[in-house]
Amino acid sequence: MYPSLFARDVFAELDRLQREMSSLFDLSPGIRGFARGGYPALNVGNTPQSVEIYAFAPGIDPAKVEVALDRGALTLAGERSTATPAASDDQTTLHLNERFAGRFRRVISLPDDVDPAAVSANYRDGVLHISLQRKAAAQPRRIEVQ
Amino acid sequence: MNAVTQTDTNAVTPTRADADRRASTLLPPVDVIEDPTGITLYADLPGVPRDKLDLRVQADQLVIEAELVIALPQGMAPSHAEVQVSRYRRTFTLSNELDADKVSAELSHGVLQVRIPKAAHAQPRRIAVNVG
Repeated sequence: MYPSLFARDVFAELDRLQREMSSLFDLSPGIRGFARGGYPALNVGNTPQSVEIYAFAPGIDPAKVEVALDRGALTLAGERSTATPAASDDQTTLHLNERFAGRFRRVISLPDDVDPAAVSANYRDGVLHISLQRKAAAQPRRIEVQ
Repeated sequence: MNAVTQTDTNAVTPTRADADRRASTLLPPVDVIEDPTGITLYADLPGVPRDKLDLRVQADQLVIEAELVIALPQGMAPSHAEVQVSRYRRTFTLSNELDADKVSAELSHGVLQVRIPKAAHAQPRRIAVNVG
């Protein structure tokens, strides 16, 4: 085979692009869509015993963030303030201002079998990890056949 | 008795497409403020512990590379993933008046703060004018 003239195979690039585009649409966001400004980004995972939520929220005060569970929906709300001055005076110049600052609020719908009394949350390295246990009765059980 | 050889059908040969996917990284959002004594850069790097952050100066480039580490329980199946890549990378070209040897940084709650002072010769100085 001839060595490729380009660093990457053109078809692999097109394939990767197509997969990325389709993955953008396959995310099937909930009816509440994405957060304004994309903050905080959320990853939600399921295990047979729990629902795990990871909110990528750097720079917040964990004591001030509001995590509320109400009728099958988890609400994550708070405010993120940055040390960045909004306007520049004649001494300082703001060259880039890409980070999100301000109030945020995201709502995640949860399945029915989540136990509202068994929720734990911890904040580490800027990631808020919320773990919701499923009700014990809802967990799969083997039924013995006599 | 037949001897059965088992081949690992799950072995995946890395294809070029996989290599491309591995090369894609997250671009962390940054705030850059310049004052008369230097530049302060803030970067959002959630999920990066102290030991997974690689901050270095290469020639005139400031390179921020980091790996995201989050505790994932056994057998977790993702249902909604807005963050799908686990590496951050961003580079900046530093201009001449910045003193690359005196860069200092701090990482706290997923926010990286980098301070790059301007070289002494580049700091604003008033020049006294002698009236002859």
